[in-house]
Amino acid sequence: MGIKPNLRALAVIAAAGLALTACGSSNSSTAAGGGDCGHYNLAFLGATTGDAGALGQNMVGGIKLALSEYNKAHSDCTVGLKTFDSQGDPAKATPLATQIVNDDSIIGLVGPGFSGESLATGKTFFAAGLPSISPSATNATITQSGWSTWHRVIGNDSIQGAADVKYMEDTANAKKVYLIHDDQDYSVGLAGFVKDALGSAMTGEDAVQQKQTDFGPTVTKVTAASPDAVFYAGYYPEGGLLCKQLRQAGYKGLFMSGDGSEDPAFVTTAGAQAAEGAILSAPAAPAPADFNAKYKAVNNKDAGLYSTQSYDATNIFLAGLEAGKTSHADMNTFIGSYEKTGVSGPIKFDDKGDISAQTIYAYKVSGGKLDTANPTLIK
Amino acid sequence: MDLSILQNSIAPLTLNDLFSNFWAYTITGLALGAIYALVALGYTMVYGVLQLINFAHSEVFMYGTFATAWVAVFVHGTKSVSQSLGNTIGLLALCMVVAMATSALVALLVERLAYRPLIKRGSPKLVILISAIGASFSLAEIMGLRDRIMGWFGLEDKLHNYVSQARNVYSSPVTVDPHKVFDFFGYGVTDVDLLVIGAALAMMFALDIFVRRTRLGRGIRSVAQDPETALLMGVNSTRVIRTTFLIGGLMAGAAATLYMLRIGTTRQDAGFLIGVKAFTAAVMGGIGNLRGALVGGLLLGVMENWGSAVFGTQWRDVVTFVLLVAILLVRPTGILGESLGKARA
Repeated sequence: MGIKPNLRALAVIAAAGLALTACGSSNSSTAAGGGDCGHYNLAFLGATTGDAGALGQNMVGGIKLALSEYNKAHSDCTVGLKTFDSQGDPAKATPLATQIVNDDSIIGLVGPGFSGESLATGKTFFAAGLPSISPSATNATITQSGWSTWHRVIGNDSIQGAADVKYMEDTANAKKVYLIHDDQDYSVGLAGFVKDALGSAMTGEDAVQQKQTDFGPTVTKVTAASPDAVFYAGYYPEGGLLCKQLRQAGYKGLFMSGDGSEDPAFVTTAGAQAAEGAILSAPAAPAPADFNAKYKAVNNKDAGLYSTQSYDATNIFLAGLEAGKTSHADMNTFIGSYEKTGVSGPIKFDDKGDISAQTIYAYKVSGGKLDTANPTLIK
Repeated sequence: MDLSILQNSIAPLTLNDLFSNFWAYTITGLALGAIYALVALGYTMVYGVLQLINFAHSEVFMYGTFATAWVAVFVHGTKSVSQSLGNTIGLLALCMVVAMATSALVALLVERLAYRPLIKRGSPKLVILISAIGASFSLAEIMGLRDRIMGWFGLEDKLHNYVSQARNVYSSPVTVDPHKVFDFFGYGVTDVDLLVIGAALAMMFALDIFVRRTRLGRGIRSVAQDPETALLMGVNSTRVIRTTFLIGGLMAGAAATLYMLRIGTTRQDAGFLIGVKAFTAAVMGGIGNLRGALVGGLLLGVMENWGSAVFGTQWRDVVTFVLLVAILLVRPTGILGESLGKARA
């Protein structure tokens, strides 16, 4: 008899585990559009849970702010948001893309969040004619695929790679640079451009893996090569640990990484002392002074990386709706001719869907925290 | 472009780098391997006694890493500090005690909920294996959703420093700066290296004595050798199994603190990779064999580093698993052979 309660407890735990896992990956719609003017929704596709969930939530927060402002002014014709959580995984994004294009209420897509899922879903959205504006996918090859419905309000990796090298060579006077990436779509792309721009200044190269935590061999290679700068193409969970382990092994040069690491968590991961002086570049200007207050009023938390871009992307669609562009084709034409300065900078698209004015900023870790307010523009 | 990157990752296939920094690769590999070995003990002991692979053991380790970081946050707050090993040793000891207790508790829970009910019913081994996998997922998700779970009790704000952003990387605020103790053929061996390797060896030694010399250890060996005869001789097998999980948990907790000392961050899925590696180490050394776990763990850590040096870091797992297959082809029972009861223990 003593066995049964145990089994039941086990079953409950197992079932709870499954249920919890399940709700981590499902999609949810927050609010449907309403009013007498058709029921329009915007879709968001990206990671709102999972390892990169924090970034996706920054994006959703920006969208919600733009929608709440619009809906306040247009209470007779509100626009809703449907959130599709891919967890940043291209394999999970693909079926969600099919769901999005089959939903007639969706007028446009803010996203996809990351480069991998953008490459995996671009064809589906293009075939269905659904216009999309990504706040954050920076891989340079996406806009070379001829998907005329695909846009982004952020500078791509080829621009960032060249700017990063310029910073290392001109500002930091680095003669020898060691290049490390983590083998992801985004990182391989960015690393490729950095490598091209470095030419003979690259003294060595290594690739690590996502979720790796011990970088002993890489650190040994770097210290043996004794470069002036290390460039890491990848995300902060690995970037932060790599920076820490390099410093602990006595590496004194510059540590630089791209927008994947441009997050305050880089500093907590590396530890304040090891992170000090690290440069993290991003194709994003700091948010205007009042943006965070407005954002916080709607979302109850601070704005983060990509919040401004997704706010701007959402406003482009909303401006289109206001101008009466209610078909996918009309909306796409409208986006192509859009020209305005948003909170993330001036917005105008070239014929490929890339943003015309691409500016890259260098953010510095100083005084034990990432200084997000005073970046240097890399010219 | 992709092709050029591929070529370049194969291009540095040179032994120069390995030989010019041989001891750096080897000693950091040993420190990594020592942690694998401690985790491998949990796999190898449960296998020795039950002939089952405890898939939840990686989570037992992961809970230990969180316990370590929580103690550090509790003592120091969230402000990031760097200090020498000497100034941290007290905190480290406290962390290790709490982590060992936490991991042991989780291991006992796994045994109580996922193993014992099924073993008592005489369920097929496959069923128990699946139950362990279920326990593994549940434990990882509970950690990954701890902010919401605490939210149910209204403690989310109160425990903000411990549970917020539950799926993100969680860092210990205290960073230990390694200091060079002596030069070993050009590699500056640090106090952290020495502590990690030394603590792991000491722990292994103590366990080896325990299993060979004590009454309870004899019970473990007897159940591993022949469960039915052991039962007839009056060995309480439930108690032996519980002790086995307890010891595995204690060792995983110690490994977790040493891991946090070296790495400093964890996340809810941090156990997976190290679990796979530790299991591999156990098989390599001879699963069910305590000394095999040590040999397998150290060998795996060193081979990973050598493989990374010669082929590039992204090839490290390929190198180690090719090596594993090669070893098993020559010695199907692992380097030191199987069995907690028979060979050595």
